[in-house]
Amino acid sequence: MSKLQILTKGIIKDNPSFVLLLGMCPMLGTTSSAINGLSMGIATLFVLTLSNIAISLIKDFIPAKVRIPSFIVVIASFVTVVQLCMEAFVPELYATLGVFIPLIVVNCIILGRAEAFASKNNVINSALDGIGMGLGFTMALVLLGTVREALGAGSFFGFKFIEGDGILLFVLAPGAFIALAYLLVIFNKLTAKLK
Amino acid sequence: MKSSLKNMVLTLLIITLVSSTAVGLVYLITEGPIAEAKSNKTTGALSKVLPAGEITNDPTADKSVITLDGMDIVVYPALNDDGVVGYAVESSTKMGFSGSFKLMVGFNGDMEVVNIEVLQHAETPGLGSKMGDPNNVLLVSFKGNNPANMKLSVTKDGGDVDAITASTITSVAYIDAVKRAYDAVLSLNEGGLKNE
Repeated sequence: MSKLQILTKGIIKDNPSFVLLLGMCPMLGTTSSAINGLSMGIATLFVLTLSNIAISLIKDFIPAKVRIPSFIVVIASFVTVVQLCMEAFVPELYATLGVFIPLIVVNCIILGRAEAFASKNNVINSALDGIGMGLGFTMALVLLGTVREALGAGSFFGFKFIEGDGILLFVLAPGAFIALAYLLVIFNKLTAKLK
Repeated sequence: MKSSLKNMVLTLLIITLVSSTAVGLVYLITEGPIAEAKSNKTTGALSKVLPAGEITNDPTADKSVITLDGMDIVVYPALNDDGVVGYAVESSTKMGFSGSFKLMVGFNGDMEVVNIEVLQHAETPGLGSKMGDPNNVLLVSFKGNNPANMKLSVTKDGGDVDAITASTITSVAYIDAVKRAYDAVLSLNEGGLKNE
């Protein structure tokens, strides 16, 4: 697989949200608006890339039977470090992103890529894989967030285009499931020819 | 790598040791800036909720802490040469939809609400979180009114406060926090520091 393929496979062919169906919990929970989806996506992209790099660096020293606990410790440490640094140096960003950061630890995309890719590949490929998967996840979150925000609140990235409220169901949890299901159908229909 | 008891224990020990040291170091480095960012947030909120005009004291230095129903409420008085010009009150409620949240409520000398800032919350994004938006219905209901002259419940229950659509629990909790802020200033005034 070429470097470009490693980078781009996360966006369409192996999109973590629409094809692998990983990380559904943050996907459904944080996408009540497009900007929330974008924030969560970028935070995940960041941690995913860092943890992929770290894990591919230490993969040769980890006994097979304790690899999962080792990966989780590495990931949780990165998330805590990112959270502390953000709170200290970019408090404005922390105010919007803060609630989502601890959720990144339990995002199975990160552990999934550590196990399936970073523990078998070199550092550069692992970093590219992290960036690509992160971009794919971000794209899916923004898409779902945009749809839910447009239907539920009648706005696009905070700019209202209808008066009052939309279909409030779409801002709440059931609407997340409904919107995700239809997006999955559309995404897989459109990309079926590409595969 | 093949797993043996020795290398498994050793690897986990090293990984947890290195990780916890790293997190500890980052905590030490960020501790100061985090405290500073938090106090900046308080001063920023103070300037937004206190009435405009000259304030000669430092409200954060003259603050007093009052405990109502087991929760600490911080009152920041704003003074000038003529006496009290207003109060900013850091109040909280436990009745939120997702646990407790914190508000900063500003009163002028006549105890009319000047402005309200949401300091920290975990309400549903897109629904309850609207209580932090500028000019949301809750804020508009309170602005310029003295809570003593209002029926402090949502319109659905016969009160004077418009609730956020589909977020009645959040709205009721918001009212609770404002009421608590008002009560805190009243109980502070009973113990001296009379309003001129």
